[in-house]
Amino acid sequence: MGESIAFWSLAVVLVGSALAVVLSKNLFHSVLWLALALTGTAGVFLLLEAEFLAAVQLLLYAGGIVTIVVFAIVVTERLVGERISQTSRSLAAGAVVSIAIVGLVVNAITQRGLPTTRPPMAGDLTRTLGESILTRFVLPFELLALLMLAAMLGAVYFARPED
Amino acid sequence: MGLQAYLILAALVFGIGLFGVVTRRNTIGILLGIELMMNAVNINLVAFARFSGSETGMVFTIFAICITVSEAAMGLAIVILLFRIRKTVMADHLDLLKG
Repeated sequence: MGESIAFWSLAVVLVGSALAVVLSKNLFHSVLWLALALTGTAGVFLLLEAEFLAAVQLLLYAGGIVTIVVFAIVVTERLVGERISQTSRSLAAGAVVSIAIVGLVVNAITQRGLPTTRPPMAGDLTRTLGESILTRFVLPFELLALLMLAAMLGAVYFARPED
Repeated sequence: MGLQAYLILAALVFGIGLFGVVTRRNTIGILLGIELMMNAVNINLVAFARFSGSETGMVFTIFAICITVSEAAMGLAIVILLFRIRKTVMADHLDLLKG
């Protein structure tokens, strides 16, 4: 009962803020609505009893990505004279495409019988995840570290000051 | 709430992000739509992981979040560099590769 209330309120927050992200005229407002959507997703992770992932989501997404997007908006905006405004074209075609794809996916989801009860999971998720990452998934973990290093170097190189 | 509810929620958010990618003209707006789509995929992963009892999906989600953060940083660095060169971020005007 409590879970239903939490799920529906989180669903309303998530879908509403996602709509506000894509429909907002002001790009800055879009980023703020995105922060709310990402926090809503962290709430969904909490509902799914993945508390470590909720914390990671809040730290990296709602904290990190929103910050760098705000900085990118500040850097790429002609602050003299031009208002931060956002126009979109062909809203109808985009709406048709996305409604078609969502309809297809929802049709596929509702056709099969999907589980409605949760199987018991290991008690401490953080410990289980840590052990998994460092034993079974150690190779993807190291490759991920290499990838993030390459991405960081690339981003710093791209955005270096002009000289 | 069963697995179906979480999957339908993720599909909705994915569709909304897709709508944003298709209609937005500002490149940073397109990147925001891509972030929404990745978020929906993460919800999917965690929901399937929870309802199948194994935590492999959650490890995958951690990797996906880290990769998404790297991709967002790289994409925004490219946008900043493009803005320096072309003085615009409107996707209509970024047509250097056009034939």
